[in-house]
Amino acid sequence: MTTTKNQSAPAQPVRPSRAKPFNWKAIVPYLLVSPQTLVLLLFLVLPIAAIIIVSFWNFNGYSMVPGFTLANYITVFTSKVTLATYLNTFKFAAVVWLICLLISYPVAYFLSFHVKSSKWQTILFLICTVPFLTANIIRMISWIPFLGREGLLNQALMGLHLTDKPIEMFLFSDFSVILAMVHLYTLFMVAPIFNSMMRIDRALVSAAEDAGASPFQIQKEIIVPLSASGIAIGTIFIVTLVMGEFATVRLMGGGQVASMGNLIKNQIGSLQYPLAAANSVILLIVTLIMVFAILRVVDIRKEL
Amino acid sequence: MENKKRPLSYYLLAGFFGLFVLFLYGPMSAVFLLSLQGPEGSLTFPMKGFSLMWMRSVFEEQRVGNFTDAFWRSLSLGLIVMVLTVICSMMAGMAFRQRFKGSNLIFYLTISSLIVPSILISLGIAVVFNLLGWGNAWYTSALGAHLTWTIPFAFLIMLGIFGRFNPAYEEASRDLGANDVTTFWQIVFPLIASSVVGVALLSFTLSYDEFTRTSLASGDTNTLPLEIFGMTTNVTSPALYALGTLTTIFSFALIALTVFAITYLSNRQSKPKRG
Repeated sequence: MTTTKNQSAPAQPVRPSRAKPFNWKAIVPYLLVSPQTLVLLLFLVLPIAAIIIVSFWNFNGYSMVPGFTLANYITVFTSKVTLATYLNTFKFAAVVWLICLLISYPVAYFLSFHVKSSKWQTILFLICTVPFLTANIIRMISWIPFLGREGLLNQALMGLHLTDKPIEMFLFSDFSVILAMVHLYTLFMVAPIFNSMMRIDRALVSAAEDAGASPFQIQKEIIVPLSASGIAIGTIFIVTLVMGEFATVRLMGGGQVASMGNLIKNQIGSLQYPLAAANSVILLIVTLIMVFAILRVVDIRKEL
Repeated sequence: MENKKRPLSYYLLAGFFGLFVLFLYGPMSAVFLLSLQGPEGSLTFPMKGFSLMWMRSVFEEQRVGNFTDAFWRSLSLGLIVMVLTVICSMMAGMAFRQRFKGSNLIFYLTISSLIVPSILISLGIAVVFNLLGWGNAWYTSALGAHLTWTIPFAFLIMLGIFGRFNPAYEEASRDLGANDVTTFWQIVFPLIASSVVGVALLSFTLSYDEFTRTSLASGDTNTLPLEIFGMTTNVTSPALYALGTLTTIFSFALIALTVFAITYLSNRQSKPKRG
């Protein structure tokens, strides 16, 4: 069981190690990678370490005080709000993920298998990408004319006499939050699925067709398994984006909707940094568990 | 093009794709239209009159905020983030062309920056800067927050770019006696230039539109997305839409410019040179 997974064939010519005194070529990769690593140590690792430390600090009513207490974690675990908020956040993640998948799979399949010219593939993919390069806040706001009290949806329903008074729930509800999140994040699912579908050998599909496979069988036996890594990458994106989300929940939920990100933001708003930090640590752990669970099911290494 | 008859599924999927594009662009176009209303305009249809007054109002001094300042701040920040991201990720991409001890660790460190919930990074950076007594500002803490978001994307793309790169060109250059620096600027960089422009655009727009990671780490002054978010709670006039329209037009213009630059660069690259 001690064999490594390294598959480098022994047949490869071994380069003679040169220059005995100091092989400065060996440190070149470390020099090249140091700026990026430094940025991540300073702005990713250090902040997470700080949050973990602060989550054990005291709170005296208006600021945080260095110390060691488990009070923040006890508050988090004994509060009924926490559990309800987590359940609501999981619900968002699951629903948004499912809708994004149901939209992205056919879209990616159409682009990679039905559009034959690579020029059109690029153009159509670019058309899908452009909205994702514009500000999220603006894209959320753009739902107001549709979902608002006097929005197009209500006008249409009233025009068709399906309802007498405008329905308030279109905006500021779970529905509007989910709609906005799907609108914001679908590309994170479309792009990786499209990417892995483009790598599927078309000969496999022709061979299956010649062997008499039905379209459904081709999907089930070839396309879905071979695009699984793309689906997994998309899933990781959607899950992590939704789990830490607060802007959409704030704006589209209008204060009626709970999510972990929103809860943390509210605690920061009232300067309860240690409590917010404890919640953040738990959110991080939960998110990482979800990511590792996805990675256990699907191997994405070949995609990278 | 083949002359094979298209199956029914083609038309169904094409229709679905059309609906998807409508879903993406429909709401945005409504905002464009509504921002062109007259003085009586409101946030919903039908349009009341037609004018450019709301567009103009964006550039005037506002009670609720100052958008021109926020725009310049976001623009400068985006440009700084873009330059730093391209430099860092290109260097890292070069390093990853060979295996070195710890490369896996650095790979996972970079990827984890995408996976960690954004609000956590924002809070963490704000706390670190407060504890160290540096104070938060858009050009320090928010800059760092943006880099944690742009660098992993840029890095992954760079890995793809260098993965497709044929090392024979460099070997030829070295065989002719060029040193590493000359080889990079004369051979490698021109070959990857069009992709680097794409990475630059992505970095800029990711930074220009970033909200969550900036939200706690921008200090006293707001970037444009934060300013707009603040505006949503107390502005009920089409000025909100006008601002949205203008920033979106700005993004579109940048994308168009970049696509143009990429096409130009890759055309120049594929044309045989005489000499």
